[in-house]
Amino acid sequence: MPASVKQSLGRATAVLAIATLALTSCAKSERDDSGGGSGGGTFVFAGSAEPVSLDPFFASDGETFRVSRQIFEGLVGTKPGTADPAPLLATSWDVSDDGLTYTFHLRDDVKFQDDSVFDADAVCFNFDRWYNMPESAQTDDLTYYYATLFRGFATGDRADEAIYDSCSADDATTATITLKKPFAGFVSAMSMPAFSMQSPTALKKYQDDGANNPRTTDYSTAHPVGTGPFELESWERGKQVTLDANDSYWGEKASIDKAVIVAIDDPKARADALANGEIDGYDLVGPADIKPLEDQGFQIENRDPFNVLYLGMNQKAKPLDDPKVRQAIAYALNKDEIVSASMPEGTETALEFVPPAVNGYTEDVTRYDYDPDKARQLLQEAGAEGATIEFNYPTGVSRPYMPQPEDTFNVIRTELEAVGLKIKPTADQWDPDYLEKIQGTEDHGLHLLGWTGDYNDTDNFLGVFFGTSTKEWGFENQQLFDDLKEARGLPTVEEQTPLYEKINQEVMDYLPGVPLAHPVPSLAFSPDVQGYEPSPVQDEVWNTISLG
Amino acid sequence: MLRFVLRRLALMVPVLVGLSLLLFAWVRALPGDPARALLGERATPDGIARVNAAYGFDQPLFVQYFTYVKALLHGDFGSSIQTGRPVMDSFVERFPATIELGLTALLLAVVVGVPLGYLAARHQGRALDTAVVSGSLLGVVTPVFFLAILLKLVFADTLHWLPTAQRQDPRIEATHITNFYVLDGLMTREWDAAWDAAVHLVLPAIALGTIPLAIIVRITRASVAEVMHEDYVRTAESKGLTSAVISRRHILRNALLPVVTTIGLQAGLLFSGAVLTETVFSFNGIGQNLFDAIGHRDYPVLQGFILFIAVVYSLINLLVDLAYGVIDPRVRTS
Repeated sequence: MPASVKQSLGRATAVLAIATLALTSCAKSERDDSGGGSGGGTFVFAGSAEPVSLDPFFASDGETFRVSRQIFEGLVGTKPGTADPAPLLATSWDVSDDGLTYTFHLRDDVKFQDDSVFDADAVCFNFDRWYNMPESAQTDDLTYYYATLFRGFATGDRADEAIYDSCSADDATTATITLKKPFAGFVSAMSMPAFSMQSPTALKKYQDDGANNPRTTDYSTAHPVGTGPFELESWERGKQVTLDANDSYWGEKASIDKAVIVAIDDPKARADALANGEIDGYDLVGPADIKPLEDQGFQIENRDPFNVLYLGMNQKAKPLDDPKVRQAIAYALNKDEIVSASMPEGTETALEFVPPAVNGYTEDVTRYDYDPDKARQLLQEAGAEGATIEFNYPTGVSRPYMPQPEDTFNVIRTELEAVGLKIKPTADQWDPDYLEKIQGTEDHGLHLLGWTGDYNDTDNFLGVFFGTSTKEWGFENQQLFDDLKEARGLPTVEEQTPLYEKINQEVMDYLPGVPLAHPVPSLAFSPDVQGYEPSPVQDEVWNTISLG
Repeated sequence: MLRFVLRRLALMVPVLVGLSLLLFAWVRALPGDPARALLGERATPDGIARVNAAYGFDQPLFVQYFTYVKALLHGDFGSSIQTGRPVMDSFVERFPATIELGLTALLLAVVVGVPLGYLAARHQGRALDTAVVSGSLLGVVTPVFFLAILLKLVFADTLHWLPTAQRQDPRIEATHITNFYVLDGLMTREWDAAWDAAVHLVLPAIALGTIPLAIIVRITRASVAEVMHEDYVRTAESKGLTSAVISRRHILRNALLPVVTTIGLQAGLLFSGAVLTETVFSFNGIGQNLFDAIGHRDYPVLQGFILFIAVVYSLINLLVDLAYGVIDPRVRTS
């Protein structure tokens, strides 16, 4: 080789080596220096996706609501650690006997982050805004919660079913909402971020509900204004949402200076980022990561489960239409084994299709305790010994109610085969193939699915599953449909409770599926993070956090 | 030259029209329904029908295609079903990340690959040559995603030398002008931001650049070895030219033509590698966005992004053709 070329190459190699060494060592030292000290500091949290909008009314996903809960507040909050409603912007409320009139008594010391006053006029502005949403925004991707809970808008094809009537500002701190039909879950529903109080001034200035897509307007991307303990500094798409502490917050002010929310979709990648000091905490911890993180000194916080995982049975797929076969399957399942093999520690087995915290939960339901002999006997009586049943399960997904579906499937399959059933496994990618097959077609048999509750209302579980005939379950049970409709129409929770208890019994007698478990969703934090308060409905506001 | 460029640009038109049709058919042939992907577990038949109507998915396919092409001709690439944002906005926002990563990977591949290939050719049959040939073979056969996961496991998860994810530390306050984070840091003199963005590029760029590097090494080695035995090299040697002059003027320059072609092709192929690399490192470029769009059956994003990539790929090839003329005047005159 010519000497000059050799020299140049040698020099280049040396420079490259030094640069790489310098790069890596500096990177390490820089990250070591980052993070907050005691008091103040920046809290970096990783979710699984970016928010879809900063206007929570146009959202129904947890990642958007995570950000909304820091910026906005509703009339009603939740009692810490529970799903039960508690005063927030409203200090109290009265309900008329017919369940049609709700009078909210408001705090008198609250201002929006743009310094405008929060009062009864602002409340009515928000209610009227929701009700008068343009038809272009009345699709389920934009206004799912309002359309579902208030049944319709002022205009559009569901106007006749709409249950909202009017709002009147009686005085500055009293707002009265009138409904056309009773809605016992109304107060609980008001704790959802979709129904947060937003600044009328900012909405008038920056929002356009009739825009081609109101989730991408100036308001929804850069100027959301609420009354919460944080206000938006910036949303850099594809990078992060940065929030500043709201110094004029009416309640307990945040002790951190900033909160940053980043999106890392893979649970393992979130665990790696935490272990590497790049983030301070994250949600939806994979069960396999819990022990290693704890061993490294990280904190694991569990939410009380507000969900249910079930084994669904499509009655259009024979022999699942036979009640004895469904009972046999229920008796064949050892739920304790299923939970210990595929769910995080702390998970409870399920007796029925609602978690214990939900109104109408009762232990007085038919139980199907593990009894393989009885399962075999029932199969014999049904003439279904050795029957082949398709078992659908999803891949590539971890939901709070279904952390490891492949593992859950394997345990259940073994248990069903042990009582003489032949299982034909069918795996599909979760989104959208699996959901399409289970909810959109009759081409499935046994299947794993579940639900995480949005707020404390039984209809938010039972109504979603069994409110009407669906392709998922493949049955027509008019009695059940009617009972659920009747319960939904009762004016108060007290009146609903006995009926929902009866419905839970009715469901477990009919046995459309087997409720399996209420898995515990986990969060992970660095040892520096103090004061995080997990909530079963993810009503987690970060003004309680400090970085030690 | 100008005529050549214009002719090549004109040729892109039928290619893109054909591609738009293929893409349209392909994304709709994917199993699954974008409305159901959008609504998830909350989907109801009525809800799905309303979303399909809102996005025009309830129209016959040929109506959807002509609506799509009509909008394209007006420069409207549609809006993402998932986010509601114009496809063009998302592309412009995320493309710099992919370009930044791709250029770094390509730079690594060229800066390391060409000298290594040259050295191996000049030392044929010796230990250095054997090491380079074996190493490059290993580089070619190692899948991008495997290398990415391995690098992350060793240098980020275990040794904690480098970051595991993202393009920049979220705690750093950085100003973004062009969305090329390193460049932005340099332009605004936020040195820590530039440095941090560069550090975040190291592992993804190595993962993405390894296959092109290995291929460039092998092509350079073969090309240099061939040129070294040409008559004009022997003539130059007999004329008494120095080894450096022969290397620079006669060997490297002539050996570079196939190498430049390879670099051009690899530059285009970096996009496919970026889908995997960006996903492993949560690096928010168009690769990760495409991966998400496939999962969500986000038709407008899939169609728009792949069309953009096709345009960029065609332009890179055009640049490669133009580069031939610069390297070899014979190409220019012909």
